[in-house]
Amino acid sequence: MIWKGYTEIMSDSPRDRPIVPRARRTALFGWFDRRTGLDSVLRKALDEPIPGGARFAYVFGSALLFIFISQVITGIFLALYYVPSADHAHTTVAYITKEVTSGSFLRSIHAYGSSAMVILLLLHVTQTFLYGSYKGRRELLWLSGCVLFALVLCMAFTGYLLPWDQKAYFATAVGTNIPGEVPLIGPWIKSLMRGGVEMGTLTLSRFFVAHVLMIPAAIFGFIALHVYLFRMAGSAGPIDEDPVSPTQPSEPFYPRQVVIDALFALAIIIVLGLFAHFMPFELGPKANPADTRYLPRPEWYYIPVFQWLKYWPGSLAFLGVVVIPGVVAFLFASLPFLDRRMERRPWKRPVAVGTYVFIFLALFGLGAVSYRDDHNNPGYAAQLIAQQKAAEEFMHQPFEPELSQASLASANSALADPIAARGEKVYQAQSCNACHGDGGSGTPAAPKLIGIHARFSADQLTALLRSPSAKMTAGGMSPLELSADDMAALVAYLRSLK
Amino acid sequence: MSGREINISASQSEPSRRSYVGWLMGLCSAGVGAALSVPLIRFALYPLTTNTTETKWSDVGPVSDFGAITTPVQRSVTVEQLDGWRKTISEKVVYVTKEATGRFRVLSAICPHLGCSVQWAGSKHQFVCPCHGASFETDGTRTGGPAPRGMDSLESTVQGDRLVVRYHYFRQLVPEKEIIG
Repeated sequence: MIWKGYTEIMSDSPRDRPIVPRARRTALFGWFDRRTGLDSVLRKALDEPIPGGARFAYVFGSALLFIFISQVITGIFLALYYVPSADHAHTTVAYITKEVTSGSFLRSIHAYGSSAMVILLLLHVTQTFLYGSYKGRRELLWLSGCVLFALVLCMAFTGYLLPWDQKAYFATAVGTNIPGEVPLIGPWIKSLMRGGVEMGTLTLSRFFVAHVLMIPAAIFGFIALHVYLFRMAGSAGPIDEDPVSPTQPSEPFYPRQVVIDALFALAIIIVLGLFAHFMPFELGPKANPADTRYLPRPEWYYIPVFQWLKYWPGSLAFLGVVVIPGVVAFLFASLPFLDRRMERRPWKRPVAVGTYVFIFLALFGLGAVSYRDDHNNPGYAAQLIAQQKAAEEFMHQPFEPELSQASLASANSALADPIAARGEKVYQAQSCNACHGDGGSGTPAAPKLIGIHARFSADQLTALLRSPSAKMTAGGMSPLELSADDMAALVAYLRSLK
Repeated sequence: MSGREINISASQSEPSRRSYVGWLMGLCSAGVGAALSVPLIRFALYPLTTNTTETKWSDVGPVSDFGAITTPVQRSVTVEQLDGWRKTISEKVVYVTKEATGRFRVLSAICPHLGCSVQWAGSKHQFVCPCHGASFETDGTRTGGPAPRGMDSLESTVQGDRLVVRYHYFRQLVPEKEIIG
């Protein structure tokens, strides 16, 4: 009704005149249009007919596209600081969260955005299902949607590991165990995903590449295909409409549906923004694979699957983990092939709608049972609270920069060999590092000394330092006059550089 | 199909309303887009507004240690250099001297000629580089040898009762002092 009032205000009035004079605008647009064909593309996009008119029920598809673009943008920006390596991933995410301006906000938008995508995906599928919008020559449209569904779940799974904190590490360890249950090729698939038998830095590289390159590329491709197939089939319209040859009067996509979609997108970004601002997404302590007490729990949308897996121990695992979900996924994907009737009203399709509702209730039930089990087991409850507390404590600690490899090497050599540690002081006091670099890492002025132990014995090194070769002298090296003790310490240090 | 065609032509008959909505939506989208890009821009420009590659102040020692010095004193300082999310810790050698006015002057021990470690030669009451014989006065001024400039003084200050210094490397073989890291 608000809309009706709005359109009345919109009626032709002097204010409707374009801000840019029409002649100039037309000339500019004409120049552009002759080279791009933009006008016909825009018309084709915006004049898409919607039988029965624009509705709020149709917003979820474009909302998914909107949130996906938001994920792409925030993801690109997060990559400005992120490093995908087991050594640095956690430090860089902590840096983003604790140091970089707006870092916690952007990371939260991205992390909560994944939940938003899963929710919108479920709403989009539910709307399509309840409206019977998959019927009438829409098999490929439905199948491309199923692929997008799987790809979005893969995005959520691969993105979860990237911060390399405790919950990321352990949830992914469990998650990558699941394909290991497949007979014969299971262990092979698991190793392929992990980049080895165990989780490690290669796992992180693989998940990163999948998360930022491979899966997004596939999503872009399948979105294009999905939209193309959608336009081929046309909008299915309301539940009492014929999905093949619509009979109800139609309304173009622009302006009303566009405005409804835009308002919904605005609502989503406001909700995400409020969550990101008032409840920043947490980062826990760095992953410690040796922590055997850690209880892995996936993100909420994977909890029902997580609970389901508990019921299939040992030899039955294959049935519960692979066969049953596989059959359900197959039936789900082949829905438009199985359900060939043109009837779209939900109350006339009791079997299909009943099955859908049952699966949803079962997933809700599994989720609820999982939370109840955790709550009722005192040991689990205490451990989960302790884990939550550890994450909160970590969030409150100031950012601690990572010690560079050269600094670590010198700290370690001091621990391992006190003579070499004294040699390092001689190395610095003689300003050897001015040319040969800190930790013997080399500079343009002089070669690196790391690994020199393999080329010279201690005696040879001592002799070279006391009287450098002609080549060394030409490069600016001068003879060292040191006490025997200092020389021995320096040589011990140089030989410790590995 | 016919229903669609009728409707498209109907929609084209009211272009002014559509263009008005278009302008309004474009304006709103631009506004919302601008608001959303604020955190993105702030995020990307963080290294421009904050020093992400700074060298922290290094402790040289309590001021009382240097109150009565008449000749330069050698000290080893721990230098912490920040580089984004990582830091490097290293040991460097400096000399603490006192100017005629009583102010402290902290000199890098690296010779501006070829980077050898300059030593204090107490008997000659001057700094001498053992490599190529460059010599410097107590305050680091060049007195002889191949060095193109005097010894490099470092930024130093007194914080509480401690003398602190900000360590840097300087380009060698050039007459003007120039920080390189």
